[in-house]
Amino acid sequence: MKRIDAIKKLSYELTDELVVCNIGFPSREMHHVKDSPNQFYMMGSMGLASSIGLGVAMSTTKRVVVIDGDGSVLMNMGSMVTVYNQNPKNLVWVVLDNECYGSTGSQCTYASSFELGDVARSIGFKNVFSFDLNSEFDFSKVLGSEGPVFVHLKVEPGNADVPVIPMEPEEIMDRFIQTIRE
Amino acid sequence: MDSSQAVYDAIKEAGIDFIVSLPCVNLGRLMEMVEEDPTIIHVPVTREEEGFGICAGAFMGGKKPGILMQNSGLGNSVNALASLFELYKIPVLMIMSHRGTEGEFMGAQVPMGKATPMVLDALKIKYFNPKKPEDALNIIPEAWHIAEADGAPVGILLEIKFW
Repeated sequence: MKRIDAIKKLSYELTDELVVCNIGFPSREMHHVKDSPNQFYMMGSMGLASSIGLGVAMSTTKRVVVIDGDGSVLMNMGSMVTVYNQNPKNLVWVVLDNECYGSTGSQCTYASSFELGDVARSIGFKNVFSFDLNSEFDFSKVLGSEGPVFVHLKVEPGNADVPVIPMEPEEIMDRFIQTIRE
Repeated sequence: MDSSQAVYDAIKEAGIDFIVSLPCVNLGRLMEMVEEDPTIIHVPVTREEEGFGICAGAFMGGKKPGILMQNSGLGNSVNALASLFELYKIPVLMIMSHRGTEGEFMGAQVPMGKATPMVLDALKIKYFNPKKPEDALNIIPEAWHIAEADGAPVGILLEIKFW
């Protein structure tokens, strides 16, 4: 499955969840598939998607979905133990793992050398979902589970041919904040 | 006046209700006070940059965020301060134990101690140096007002002699 197809499946199941979307092509693909004020698009600070998502989750009762990548998780792996220990019931952390830094030219990450889902299990996450390239990705089951949920989904490398997001950073954040306060 | 008590009282006066932290020997008492306060959400983190990400999310969720850290953590967080906080205009109160200043017993702290004000200047982050606990009481709430008005991080540098 391509990453944009995973994002389509995920987007189809979303209702009123808040979404924190990783820097680069994941945000561009998400915006292209379906834009929403519920979605915060990162334009910098690689690695911090799960941290931003944790901060949002701890400040609201709404459900929060983080769309992360393997290279970004590797940059901030401490976040896995912080999220586990803070135990946010409303957080779903989805890692779309293409085993490469997709937005910079698909240079390999180390993600092919270990099982990220097993790392989450060994930390203590109770609800961990692992999907390989050929398994059926049922996101509705994921969304119905109690957080913190960790989802490790293998996707094919490569980016969809989608435009950059035509919004200013402040505009992205302001409408996201308005949505949270509603 | 007790230095930790002054900073704690000032944080409360400012209305800060969400704090991430990494320890410094000088922040120990303050961290305990924050942890014991049921009206403040306290999140110990593994790295300061991670803490800034959490603070950004907490601000979006309606909280008034602060970070307690050693000045060394500023170095770990430069990209987040530029490409998250400056980019999106997010306020945060940065309470920093400033090591490597007058009275430092550990030479290894001096290089980052000297670099700290220059790193803040390079990032165009406003900062204050309260010298006494009484100064902190006044300066910290004012610093948070500036952070909110500017949509930007504001730093409080607490040198070794402050404690």
